[in-house]
Amino acid sequence: MKRRELSSVVDRTRQVSQQDILLFSTLRNEKTRLPFFLRYYRDLGVNHFLIVDNDSTDGGREYLADQPDVSLWTTRHSYKKSRFGADWLNWLQLRYAHGHWSLTVDPDEFFVYPFCDTRPIRALTDWLDASSIKSFPAMLLDMYPKGPLDAQPYREGQDPFEIAQYFDSGNYVFQRNSRYGNLWIQGGPRMRTFFANAPKKAPALNKIPLVKWHRSYAYVSSTHMLLPRGLNQVYDEWGGEKASGVLLHAKFLDTFAAKAEEEMARGQHYAASAEYKAYKAGLEAQPDLWCKWSEKYINWRQLEILGLMSKGNWA
Amino acid sequence: MTVGFVMLCHTALDRAAQVARHWAEGDCPVVIHVDRRVAAAEFANLQAELSDLANVRFSGRHACEWGTWGIVAASQEAATLMLRDFPEVRHVYLASGSCLPLRPIAELRSYLDERPKTDFIESVTTEDVGWTIGGLSMERFTLRFPFSWRKQRLFFDVYVWLQRKVGFARKLPSGLVPHLGSQWWCLTRQTLSAILDHPDRDRIDRYFQKVWIPDESYFQTMVRQVSGAVESRSLTLSKFDFQGKPHIFYDDHLQLLRRSDCFVARKIWPHADKIYAAFLSEDRGRQPAAEPNPGKIDRLFAKAVERRTKGRPGLYMQSRFPNEDWENGRTAGPYSVFSGFADVFENFEIWLSKASGTRVHGHLFAKDRVHFAGGEGCYNGALSDSVAIRDYNPKGFLTNLIWNTRGEQQCFQFGPEDDQSLAWFMALDGNAQISVISGAWAVPLFHSNRNFGDIRREAAQLQKVEQEFLSILRSAHVKARVRIWTLADFVENPMEPLQTIIDEIGPRQGRRLTEAPRLADLSGFGQFLQNLRNQGMQPVLMGDFPVNDDPKPANPRRGRPYLVK
Repeated sequence: MKRRELSSVVDRTRQVSQQDILLFSTLRNEKTRLPFFLRYYRDLGVNHFLIVDNDSTDGGREYLADQPDVSLWTTRHSYKKSRFGADWLNWLQLRYAHGHWSLTVDPDEFFVYPFCDTRPIRALTDWLDASSIKSFPAMLLDMYPKGPLDAQPYREGQDPFEIAQYFDSGNYVFQRNSRYGNLWIQGGPRMRTFFANAPKKAPALNKIPLVKWHRSYAYVSSTHMLLPRGLNQVYDEWGGEKASGVLLHAKFLDTFAAKAEEEMARGQHYAASAEYKAYKAGLEAQPDLWCKWSEKYINWRQLEILGLMSKGNWA
Repeated sequence: MTVGFVMLCHTALDRAAQVARHWAEGDCPVVIHVDRRVAAAEFANLQAELSDLANVRFSGRHACEWGTWGIVAASQEAATLMLRDFPEVRHVYLASGSCLPLRPIAELRSYLDERPKTDFIESVTTEDVGWTIGGLSMERFTLRFPFSWRKQRLFFDVYVWLQRKVGFARKLPSGLVPHLGSQWWCLTRQTLSAILDHPDRDRIDRYFQKVWIPDESYFQTMVRQVSGAVESRSLTLSKFDFQGKPHIFYDDHLQLLRRSDCFVARKIWPHADKIYAAFLSEDRGRQPAAEPNPGKIDRLFAKAVERRTKGRPGLYMQSRFPNEDWENGRTAGPYSVFSGFADVFENFEIWLSKASGTRVHGHLFAKDRVHFAGGEGCYNGALSDSVAIRDYNPKGFLTNLIWNTRGEQQCFQFGPEDDQSLAWFMALDGNAQISVISGAWAVPLFHSNRNFGDIRREAAQLQKVEQEFLSILRSAHVKARVRIWTLADFVENPMEPLQTIIDEIGPRQGRRLTEAPRLADLSGFGQFLQNLRNQGMQPVLMGDFPVNDDPKPANPRRGRPYLVK
């Protein structure tokens, strides 16, 4: 049982009230990212953070334990064997998320939704409730700097998108996954640079991070898809646009090379870290993800106009 | 004389209290109805919060499930109380707990004072409404609806279907003409009391208790019986989305609401602090009284509905992935596909780009790489020139290209030597303009320095592929704009087809072509085809090239042909 793998560090879940919006995350050695991460989601209106620490050694665990709105669990078990953290989080969600809007993100993923600069996340979840929508998609958008990744070091607390300002605006491909009914999305700078000769292996970018949780739900693999299948039907098939958001992915900072090295050594990532191998090879050869058609990030409206996300009928 | 507000509340009672206080302190009596399903403690809170106000009343509580009689019963009872307790009230305004006044009370009062006999209520005959939920308009009045539409949808639908099948129809009370409209009205004392004291009220109420969504039809129908001055519009700004659920206003709508000049808006998001603060503060300086003008808001919400139902043509994304033939446009805009032109003309791409002012690519679907215009390795939207990526999802590649370059028409070369997987997709795409010179692929073979055996094999292969492509283009289902010439017909008179194509692309309309691209040298081409025949291959797509009679413009050494017009 996965629950036995988790031991509680600090449990503040008694503070959680019925209406609260919860954030779930699992991480390892991400201390530098945490201050900005917590601030970003507090500003959006997340009420409580439920985090699984996978044996951090950088002081991140102690930092999180001190935060007044964080409940923290820790484990030394295998990330891979827990299906990349999904099992741990599924267990926490089963236990704590029932009846709550639950946002599941990695510490390098930043949720952007329509009107996020003027409306708190509760405005979105209230609207989703009123529209009887239970799950909300946000594809992963890889952000990157101009020039080599290590040219601009990331400082703790800094907005990572001051450095990783750029993204690919129009090179994503979509397929239906008939097994789970979700869309399988690939593309972006990783496909273009690391997987140009083997695009099928490029990582999945489809994500459904925001769900009105029910104890019968479960993430299948990371937050790419859910069970029951109906929750993956976040796209319209008759020509219209449903509302959707984006997860800005701050993976490609100066911290990436070290992370890639560490993950390769641990062999704890998807497809035996083939992805990281490809990155390592790719990064050694071509350290710049930027190209002349890279788009500089401005705001969600820009992403809406580019067709990466949609307001749907939310106005 | 003043206006009294009847408020129907069921959630966010703190906001309702704020608004009720605003009206009551402005000398407008308020009667509040709270849904019976609201907990007693919350109701008591609300009562306590407003207990200092002498002109606030609470009416008997009914359960107000959506679409049921409870809402009408609640309005009736509250309105009766209003007319009984507040004789100074001339107009009664029906509002909800999530309504918000957008203009000062004095303005509403003087607006109504100028129209003392007018009833403001949207009231439209069933034939004239296009917005009814579930496709029911007249049937709302003639069928029975014992099942909840929200909670027992299956039973609801089956029961409706059954009644239709059997031909069941209730009889309307004599004299009533069914009308529908927004449930938020503002009626005069005379009209309202005539409805509430109607001699036939018991019978009519019994009838309406079984009508579906009576809150959108009871007063709307009755007002036609008793009122002499119906102004068929609601003073409340309220917009509905494609599912019939009201649009919600947030802080970022503040300016839009200000400029609407409407008196009351619903629904306001309860946490829209800025909006509540702005409109409930009394010291708002206003421009001279204007007529309500919700045009801008109408457009905003109409666009939202259109985005949700039709979407942006040619866009494939995480929340829009249409089934085939539901795309509302397979691609985002027109594009031109040229087959054979680059074989027949020298430097055709450069010429076309100049003549048409568009972006002209080489063979985008070539097998060696993606030949973007200018030989770029990466294109608009960060599209890669990798063949593997393109072939992984060719349709995605093309739709991305056309989407990324919206507003700038794309042209590209396409031939039998290219990947053919998109032949059907393009043929069925109304945005595609496909021009083919059939058999033109033989020209580069003719000029090539290769063994004839290889040439013959290659020619047979290309001809087979092109024949398939042409048969697709000649199918009855084709939506693309297709033009096909044989090589022989084309070289006979190249300028006319070129002019047609350029006109169709059209950014520089009305311009005559003055310079034609230079034709490849075709002297000896007839003999070349004859040689292929002699080797047992049958070249059929080029049209008729006599062995010794070379086509006239085939000698480019005479110089470029110029058109005189």
